[in-house]
Amino acid sequence: MKTLLLAATLSLVSAAALAAADSGKQLYAVYCTQCHGVAGNGKGINAAQMAVQPRDHTDTKEMSARTDEELFKVIQHGGKSINKSVLMPAWGGNLKDDEIHALVGYLRELCCQKN
Amino acid sequence: MKLRLTLGAAAVLALGVPLAAHADVAGEVKQQCGSCHALDHDYAKAPTHERAERKAPPLDYAGNKFRREWLFSWLQNPVRLRPAGAFPPAHAKPSADGDVVDTATLAKHPVLDAAQAGKVADYLMTLTPFDTLIKAETYQPGTIAQRMGQMNFGKFKGCDGCHQDAPDKGGVSGPELYTAWQRLQPAFISAYIAQPAAWDPHTMMPVGDANTAAVHKLANYLKLIGEKQP
Ligand code: HEC
Ligand code: HEC
Ligand code: HEC
Repeated sequence: MKTLLLAATLSLVSAAALAAADSGKQLYAVYCTQCHGVAGNGKGINAAQMAVQPRDHTDTKEMSARTDEELFKVIQHGGKSINKSVLMPAWGGNLKDDEIHALVGYLRELCCQKN
Repeated sequence: MKLRLTLGAAAVLALGVPLAAHADVAGEVKQQCGSCHALDHDYAKAPTHERAERKAPPLDYAGNKFRREWLFSWLQNPVRLRPAGAFPPAHAKPSADGDVVDTATLAKHPVLDAAQAGKVADYLMTLTPFDTLIKAETYQPGTIAQRMGQMNFGKFKGCDGCHQDAPDKGGVSGPELYTAWQRLQPAFISAYIAQPAAWDPHTMMPVGDANTAAVHKLANYLKLIGEKQP
């Protein structure tokens, strides 16, 4: 019984996580691919003209070196908030906290779930 | 008595003609333009990813945004404003050097003749749901040195990540801004830079932290570069 309940709870949790990841992907397509690329590799259509190159979000090593909190902060407050380029905008005026969490979840998929 | 009646009828007629013409244009615009352009603000209530499905920029607040003269001439000669189209990621194709704009997927805009363009421009100028945002603006056009303006636009605020301030110079996901001054009302420029999400909650432009003085300087830079354009 206990195991059943646990299994049920677990599948609920993963369903919710999946839904969040999906909307993270959609938000990423709208706001981030213009610079970070349709594949998340840091080579979006704007990159060729930019003085500082956008981070490659598929770079497992670099991206694993950052905590979820750090990723949340740079998305909300921009590159300037972590002494990096102003070319990484602050999205806190466009995105709600839960949307930024969804984006962090999607970044984790991009960086670290390669097959 | 008879005279008064005739006068009254004439007044009704005089009022009735432009009203009817106006309703016609509204219907035509809806039919000819509404398949691509939003003409009401309903998109603001949809989930964010509706932005990815837009075929064209919204026109529901056209009367608060454009200069009438610009609309009249652009509708007859619609040169490209967004180097990567209405939703840039949809026109991006991966290459060895990173994503490039797939220009073959960018369609030509419908062209209107002078008579249609005049009617349509007049009609679009009546679409003004955001009068309050425009009235709240304190921007008074002024001057700025080229070098200072360019530093603000680039180095300090990173606008050049997404916008061109000269042909082929700057990012391509936003509309080019070297003709923004010719195209847009000065108060709109200032208001949009300050609060893009107030106009469009799903704008791809980040809501910046620029204070009012900094916003006005950026607007003055767009004036400076725009007035140099032919
Ligand atoms: C205007 C272009 C642009 C857009 C749009 C953009 N970024 Fe960035 N981003 C950059 C640049 C440039 C850097 C590298 C900054 C540096 O290294 O100084 C960066 C870096 C980052 C980093 C790494 C920060 C670190 O710790 O090194 C993350 C995470 C990130 N961006 C996430 C996002 C997300 C999520 C979005 C969409 C909501 C987004 N970016 C949209 C340009 C952009
Ligand atoms: C097939 C889709 C399509 C149709 C139909 C269409 N447009 Fe457009 N329109 C676009 C696209 C795409 C753009 C963006 C062009 C650019 O940025 O270079 C655009 C841009 C515009 C702009 C500039 C908007 C801005 O924010 O910069 C105006 C004004 C405009 N269209 C008016 C009209 C009018 C009026 C009609 C009907 C007579 C019409 N369009 C029909 C696709 C369309
Ligand atoms: C991450 C990319 C990005 C950055 C950075 C950015 N913008 Fe934009 N901007 C856009 C996009 C995209 C639009 C059009 C709205 C849309 O397509 O969602 C826009 C629209 C505008 C417009 C209205 C133009 C029109 O014809 O509709 C102005 C003015 C403007 N931006 C100025 C600026 C200024 C000044 C800065 C720097 C403070 C800036 N932008 C930074 C992407 C950006």
